Amino acid sequence: MSARPRNLAGVITFEQVSKRYPDGTLAVDGLSLEIPDGATTVLVGPSGCGKTTSLRMINRMIDPSHGRILIDGKDITSEPAPLLRRGIGYVIQNAGLFPNRTVLGNIATVPLLVGMSKRAARARASELLERVGLAPELGKRYPAQLSGGQQQRVGVARALAADPPILLMDEPFSAVDPVVRTELQDELLRLQHELGKTVVFVTHDIDEAVKLGDRLAIMAVGGRLAQFGTPAEVLEAPADDFVAAFVGRDRGYRALSFASADALPVHPEPTVKLGEPLRGNGWLLVVDDTDAPRGWVNADEHPAGQPVRQQDLRLGGTLLAPGGSVRTALDAALSSPSGRGVAVDAAGKVRGTLRPGDVFGAAERAATSGSTEAYYDEKQLTATEHAELTAAEQGADRLSKDGR
Amino acid sequence: MNWQWLSDNSADIRSWFLAHLYLAGVSTVLGLVLSLPLGMIAYRFRWTYPPLINLAGILYTIPSIALFVLLPGLIGTSFLSPLNVIIALTLYTLALLVRVVADALRAVPEDVRLSAQAMGYRPLASLLRVQLPMAIPVIGAGLRVAAVSNVSLVAVGTLIGVQQLGQLFTRGLALSNYGAFYTPIWAGIVLSIVIAVAFDLLILLGIRLASPWQRVSR
Ligand SMILES: Nc1ncnc2c1ncn2[C@@H]1O[C@H](COP(=O)(O)OP(=O)(O)OP(=O)(O)O)[C@@H](O)[C@H]1O
Ligand SMILES: [Mg+2]
Repeated sequence: MSARPRNLAGVITFEQVSKRYPDGTLAVDGLSLEIPDGATTVLVGPSGCGKTTSLRMINRMIDPSHGRILIDGKDITSEPAPLLRRGIGYVIQNAGLFPNRTVLGNIATVPLLVGMSKRAARARASELLERVGLAPELGKRYPAQLSGGQQQRVGVARALAADPPILLMDEPFSAVDPVVRTELQDELLRLQHELGKTVVFVTHDIDEAVKLGDRLAIMAVGGRLAQFGTPAEVLEAPADDFVAAFVGRDRGYRALSFASADALPVHPEPTVKLGEPLRGNGWLLVVDDTDAPRGWVNADEHPAGQPVRQQDLRLGGTLLAPGGSVRTALDAALSSPSGRGVAVDAAGKVRGTLRPGDVFGAAERAATSGSTEAYYDEKQLTATEHAELTAAEQGADRLSKDGR
Repeated sequence: MNWQWLSDNSADIRSWFLAHLYLAGVSTVLGLVLSLPLGMIAYRFRWTYPPLINLAGILYTIPSIALFVLLPGLIGTSFLSPLNVIIALTLYTLALLVRVVADALRAVPEDVRLSAQAMGYRPLASLLRVQLPMAIPVIGAGLRVAAVSNVSLVAVGTLIGVQQLGQLFTRGLALSNYGAFYTPIWAGIVLSIVIAVAFDLLILLGIRLASPWQRVSR
């Protein structure tokens, strides 16, 4: 997929847009909003506040009662709605796949509509299948033969098939279990990093919004825009009581996601290999042959000199990887039986551990100084800029130091 | 069973069988072909649904014999023409299937319909290429009912003199004047069943070919 020119990538402008349904419901009330191109904007708010209505007005599945919507400065009513929609990807909650078409058939839908040859559309569909992390053999299946998470990936692939500059997503991940949801979110972040689309994402989950969004548009019931800003701005300075209540009590903790933990001192930690005899006392970190952490063992409860077995381990716990946030570091410390959070390198090898005191200190500094700049720097890079940066050695260094 | 009688009359029986096959087959196909656009109209323009469905319901309650007799007067066909049977049975098939088609289209899940719209299908294209293919199993089930009922209704055409397997029943009745002679009646029943089963299998095969996604195992 070729990178799009930066100057025409799908800026969406709402100008005083209202929507009143025939039954009198005012779903959206005087919405004015400029959704930046090449970034993810999340519409977030309680049920019934007009998120879906706003989203569907962008591709004209719903027509505004008042106001107008522009894409790159052009009124969206200036071309026939079906043509407009072919340039805008759309993903919904249950994927909405065509049950009577194979996975490849589903993905090839828009390429065929825009006049691509059958062969080219199929090739394109296979390419996208791979891009969203699905095995090629799934291409011949029907949607009913896929798991919910796989269906959702196909939904994303189908929406991206004609390489539209804009991608609309309406609670795409809310019908899958939390583990799969996290996977899909990570996948979307990765894809967005490569593609740099203008993504408009609807959710009522503030955590999801903070994780995925470069910008949040917080909507209140009655279709009012309560605040528009970066996740850090919204969490640190809620515009009003509604926003403060909506982003919730955990918002201080959430805000730690924006502070980099890369400056935290990592202390050397003696390790013992799985299957080798145990020496020492207290909690010891157990690693496998590749030096990846496997868990902790309490030497005081373990017969000295006996090999450490899998069943002796206390498993789990958060690991801090390069680019991790203070929130992750804090969780690493809190979830470790020894109180020492495990830090790993990019390859997953143990680097050492974090001292709880250091982590709490970092959390306190982050809370008082609002050290969020590093976070913006990285998140606002466009795909192109990112590519340039990665090409330059020093750019890559900076990313891993400042990363989220 | 009097095999001698059967072989003596085999030429007649064969031509009645073929005529029966033709009359039932043609009216089923015509009824289907006409019900598709009408059903789509009833689905697409919601206000047309109640009048169309009610009209179809009334049509369906008119006894076939009445329709056979009335048609020549109404549309000027000749009184003994097989065309009367074809037109009447086409109308019955149509009456039955309009509702089936409209309801089957309506049963397509909302999110599928909306995603077709969001992909950029025009309304007619979406109807023909998304909703209709998904409605095939349901429409096919309705068609099976219509086809089998047509096979039995064709026989009523005997009363207005149309040549088909129904002749075997009047023949059997006439020959039973001097003691029961059921051979023609049994032959008529068996051959009707053969036609009905053949239609049924053909339609089933069609449904399977047209909707491979229906038999995938999860
Ligand atoms: N077709 C419609 N006719 C009348 N009212 C509608 C219609 N669609 C939505 N509404 C109303 O408009 C308001 C906004 O609906 P919308 O679907 O945009 O909310 P939402 O933010 O997407 O909610 P959710 O999080 O539950 O999906 C709600 O009060 C809803 O009941
Ligand atoms: Mg909604």
